[in-house]
Amino acid sequence: MAQTVQVPGRAQDRIAADPERGHRHRPRTGRRVPAGPYLLIAPALALIGVLILYPIGQLFWMSFHKIGSREARGAAPAENVGLENFRTILGDPFFYRVLVNTVVSAAVMVLATLVLGTLVGLLLNRLGRKMSLLVSSGAMLAWATPGISAAIVYKWLFTPGGGIVPWFLDALPDWLAGGGWDDYNWFGSRGTTYFVLVLCVVWQSFPFIAVAVLAGLKSIPDELFEAARCDGAGPLRTFREITFPLLKPVLLVLTVLSIIWDFKVFAQLYFLSGGTANRDSFNLAMYAYSSAVAFPAKYGLGGAIALVLMVILLVFTGFYVRVMVRQGETA
Amino acid sequence: MTERSEGMSVGSGRGVRGVVPPRRHGMSVRGRAALNAAGVLVFLFSIFPVFWMVMTAFKTDEDINADTPLPVPLHWTLEHFRAVIDGQGLEYGIVHFFLNSALVGLVTVLVAALISLLAAYAVARRRFRGRAGFLIMLIVVQMVPLEALMLPLMLNAQRLHLLNHLAGVIVVYIASSLGFAILMLRNFVAAIPVELEEAAALDGASGRTVFWRVTFPLVAPGLVATSIFAFVNAWNEFAIAFAFLKDQEKYLLPLTLSYHFGRTQVEWGSIMAASTLFTIPVMIFFLVVQRRMVSGLVAGAVKG
Repeated sequence: MAQTVQVPGRAQDRIAADPERGHRHRPRTGRRVPAGPYLLIAPALALIGVLILYPIGQLFWMSFHKIGSREARGAAPAENVGLENFRTILGDPFFYRVLVNTVVSAAVMVLATLVLGTLVGLLLNRLGRKMSLLVSSGAMLAWATPGISAAIVYKWLFTPGGGIVPWFLDALPDWLAGGGWDDYNWFGSRGTTYFVLVLCVVWQSFPFIAVAVLAGLKSIPDELFEAARCDGAGPLRTFREITFPLLKPVLLVLTVLSIIWDFKVFAQLYFLSGGTANRDSFNLAMYAYSSAVAFPAKYGLGGAIALVLMVILLVFTGFYVRVMVRQGETA
Repeated sequence: MTERSEGMSVGSGRGVRGVVPPRRHGMSVRGRAALNAAGVLVFLFSIFPVFWMVMTAFKTDEDINADTPLPVPLHWTLEHFRAVIDGQGLEYGIVHFFLNSALVGLVTVLVAALISLLAAYAVARRRFRGRAGFLIMLIVVQMVPLEALMLPLMLNAQRLHLLNHLAGVIVVYIASSLGFAILMLRNFVAAIPVELEEAAALDGASGRTVFWRVTFPLVAPGLVATSIFAFVNAWNEFAIAFAFLKDQEKYLLPLTLSYHFGRTQVEWGSIMAASTLFTIPVMIFFLVVQRRMVSGLVAGAVKG
């Protein structure tokens, strides 16, 4: 689902955007309230309620029941099995494998995206006008590429017999890159599959971080850098003492968002690993998906897996909401 | 889903000071050259996969399978584009799926834009009980992955006989786009000076007139940007479409790509042609909103 990033505005924007203030100045001509706010939010609330909140509730209910295709059709009542589904999942070593895949890959993606994105943001800030435009346009292209297209292209780049990466590695001297790359199957084992997946996801996500960091940098007054220079601070010291502390709020939000996004990577992995056949390289989203479409239907179990994913994401979303509330985004 | 494309900030859309400030005093020629070299590297890293996709689409099979990969085709050809337009194993050509995707995207955007504009106006301009709760719910809802909800959504759609209908996919996309659309539009509405609306109200305009004659035209650019993100979101979505749509007639573009991709003998040329055709509209849309995106980011939201 889509996201917006909301990071705090300057004080004057806050005031301008403060509905309370606008309201107080509103001339109270007559009693006509043409459409009450509740009427205005009703359609949105109804749709979200029916298509997101209610299904979340259903998911919750399902994960405590045993549901096959008969029960799903309503032909037989679903049996309440309590925590049985969760016990099954947590007792299955495969679940931990999936969990490790998810957590490790997300951690690497988040770290790589943030480091690369921040560096490119700093770079954009220092480059000349034309160069900066060139780099940011290129990054925009990567950002705009649909996840599916990106996954398809990366698969092609790493496919032996035509792909450029195997060719390149094979062309390198053996003492440097090792041999046998010309027919090495990158998507046969989970380590190399995830290597390509991480590369693909980082490639798509660093531009957003870069643009956000660049915007954060713009808000730092030039005088601070001047002062640092006058005091004889080198570039590293300036970054550590000035740039980084001032960018921290932005970076915090970007980190939480990246964690949420990278925990639920799905389409890219689906395309790279070639569908749900390769269970070895599942992450939680793939696991939830494949158990939802599995045959014979075990919807209760599938629901429980999806719920685990959702709960993990909700924990991070909780952090995000806290930051937003503290920054007055919901005021 | 590539939600990152919408992971945009929300800005007031006002113009801001230049994107690139001249902060380059006191830098050596060598330092300058190193920075530019780094810039070129980042540029190449960013565009290479896209470049490779488009080039492969124009290569003959012979060039694609050459022992030494060619940066540009030796023999330019449209055969792969012709193949995907003819359908190549599918009952319909890619134009059919393109129209399906466009239809789903457009209906999603039209309905979602209207609904989210109303709600955004309410949260930006009115105070009411539960407003903060509503906003928090929107933030939470936009983080929920559709893949996790797929199971209950699929069962509900089956019960309502919406499985295998574009309408079923469309309502899910509308609901899933509302969270970010309302939050984004809300900032655009908040950026409009209240005084303008007050002046119109003082002149005796009704609430509805004020909204449609004053607020709406001013928020229109923001509405366009928001709509584009919602469209791209629907255009790129895969999991729900894959779970809901079984007849080839109903396929959306991502399903077409998945179909070609899943065949035992992968035809890289036509896959790249299809994925180029799939990617181009998104890139055009990004170009359209790029200025707004960058200036919106700088002006409105992400500024620490």
